[in-house]
Amino acid sequence: MNLSQFIKGQAGMIAAVTGSDSDPITLRLMELGLVQGSRVELVHEAPYGGDPIAVRVRGTLIALRRSEAARVEIEAASTEVRA
Amino acid sequence: MNTEMRPGSADIKKVIALAGNPNCGKTALFNALTGGRQKVGNYAGVTVERKEGGLVTPSGLKLSLLDLPGTYSLDARTPDEAITRDVLLGRVHGESRPGALVAVADATNLERSLGLVLELKRLGTPVVLALNMMDLARGRGLELDIEVLSRELGVRVVPTVAVSGEGLDALLDEVDRLLGMEPGSAQPADPVGTGAAGCAEGLAVRGRFKEVDRILNFSVRKAIAPTLWTDRIDALVLHPFWGALTLAVLLGVMFQAIFSWASVPADWIEASLSSSGAWLGSQLPEGPLQSLLVDGIFAGVGSVLVFLPQILLLFFFILLLEDSGYMARAAFLMDRIMGRVGLHGRAFIPLLSGYACAIPAVMATRTIDRPRDRLVTILIAPLMTCSARLPVYTLLISAFIPRKAVLGGLLNLQGLVMFALYASGIGIALVVAWILNRTAFKGDKSPLLLELPTYKWPNLKNLAIGLLDRSKIFVRRAGTVILSLSVLLWFVSSYPKAPEGAAEPAIHYSYAGKLGRAIEPVLEPLGFDWRVGVALVPSFAAREVMVSALATVYAVEGGEEEAQTQALAGVLAANWSLATALALLVWYVLAPQCISTLAVVRRETNSWKWPLVVLFYLTALAYLGAWATYRAAVALGLG
Repeated sequence: MNLSQFIKGQAGMIAAVTGSDSDPITLRLMELGLVQGSRVELVHEAPYGGDPIAVRVRGTLIALRRSEAARVEIEAASTEVRA
Repeated sequence: MNTEMRPGSADIKKVIALAGNPNCGKTALFNALTGGRQKVGNYAGVTVERKEGGLVTPSGLKLSLLDLPGTYSLDARTPDEAITRDVLLGRVHGESRPGALVAVADATNLERSLGLVLELKRLGTPVVLALNMMDLARGRGLELDIEVLSRELGVRVVPTVAVSGEGLDALLDEVDRLLGMEPGSAQPADPVGTGAAGCAEGLAVRGRFKEVDRILNFSVRKAIAPTLWTDRIDALVLHPFWGALTLAVLLGVMFQAIFSWASVPADWIEASLSSSGAWLGSQLPEGPLQSLLVDGIFAGVGSVLVFLPQILLLFFFILLLEDSGYMARAAFLMDRIMGRVGLHGRAFIPLLSGYACAIPAVMATRTIDRPRDRLVTILIAPLMTCSARLPVYTLLISAFIPRKAVLGGLLNLQGLVMFALYASGIGIALVVAWILNRTAFKGDKSPLLLELPTYKWPNLKNLAIGLLDRSKIFVRRAGTVILSLSVLLWFVSSYPKAPEGAAEPAIHYSYAGKLGRAIEPVLEPLGFDWRVGVALVPSFAAREVMVSALATVYAVEGGEEEAQTQALAGVLAANWSLATALALLVWYVLAPQCISTLAVVRRETNSWKWPLVVLFYLTALAYLGAWATYRAAVALGLG
């Protein structure tokens, strides 16, 4: 599963960020804290179709589009959704 | 506080630099350390903003403090990051390598912001870490062992609160100590930290976060609590429905302020300028000098200064939205809509600013970090209906559009036409953006990857400093160009003088008149005669000059401004066909008729290419649009 498939309230641990290690978008995702082993939670969805999304990771709120979120592989995603 | 500014003093030699993540309070710290007096400019050859100020350390050392652009890493993938890295390595021409570095980290966000500190440490420049916004972090329950943190990081750590001045003396003491050290006693530069090894970057990022986790594990005694306030505000502000509504209301208030509140000081400026111009005119003997001062310089400079209240208010709102943390959220909310035509979410605010004036709009594109996205936004910004077009629209609408009720009195035709003019500006801008993204700017869609910072109360002092900076840039950039052009335009519209007993108004005989007649064949297909041509020439300095230029050409006598405009409307209605008026309105929606906009595009893109592109594509668009409108109107029997 990857982060782009999350719905509001869902959380999980980051297993990996796919893409080459020199790819600018992959690196930027990592610099913003989306690194392997960090917990990530989808907290907001934008109007008109729920894209972009805002996720909480390493104590920060990060906004990104689902197309980029697809690079973030998730393990142990919660199935229950926090109200 | 031992901070004192010595502007321009020659004995400022040593340079120290501030570096940190965006939103870490770096600018507030810079303002606190330098007392807010600063020199703002650009780095040579690039459009990255350069900020420098002076300070004196407790030991009496005079230093120059450089505020480096906010960055998440030194991997140099954006122009900002490249400048930060190159300045720190002493690779920028004309910049001396900083003797010491103040790394700034957001104490409320250590997990993320210490990564950059680890990178900065490896550059080989002595570093001290300012742990900023410490008050907010303590308020949220953070308990930190500063000694352990210093030891594990390998960098002296000083907790600071930029807005209250806490910790600043200790920070400067540490700077003194670093600068007094033997050169080379800091850690040697490490090539991995300078972004040289491409394939190891991802590994390096992961490694830094692991190291940060390890250090925090040792030094944090009590973890920081989540920000309940930010969460509560976001629950409303980022809500799919209520969030969109909040944005709309905020923008509504902003517009109301810009268009109605600003008119009070604007009227005041206009009145005092025209009365002092009149006073000056009465003190001087009639002649070329009097005419130059009153009709050239006073009228020309006045036409810029009148916009100052609007521009200040606009920047006030932009700074307020930025400082409070809302701006990134507006970009988040608008991203989907803007993305349809290939624009970045952040392009939204600059384009909105374009409704006041294209100059601040182009300046505001600095918040867009990808050069390609910035350029597209700059190219379409002049299409937003700026307030200088309003006097022209008002004149032509009152002359040619009847005040007829539409939809059973709910709206009237004049208002509807005004709305259509505004809407077509943005509509065409979006179409142009769409085309640009499929042709000249084809390529990867830019990612939206931004931090939504914790909400903060904007600090009034920092707000005032930011406002002063931007208004200085505006007055200097636009003022110098407008001033020299006003003199030039005054000259071409006043000379040569009309012969004795001339039948036509004086402007007919001037260079402007000759030019107007010379371009008549080009304008004729649009339904414009030489008189319109004459009025179009000076309106190149500022659009609203069109109104007074037309009054001159049609020799409508002065008196009260309102009465003059009404009389002019009557004359125009008698002289022009509706087709001509509509074509001229379309021309004004599209034409790049403002030299200050072109000047600011030149300044912000650092090249002559882009202002010329703007000039040519908009002129072509305006010509075609006006031509098509004229032909269509004539075909409908309105000629």
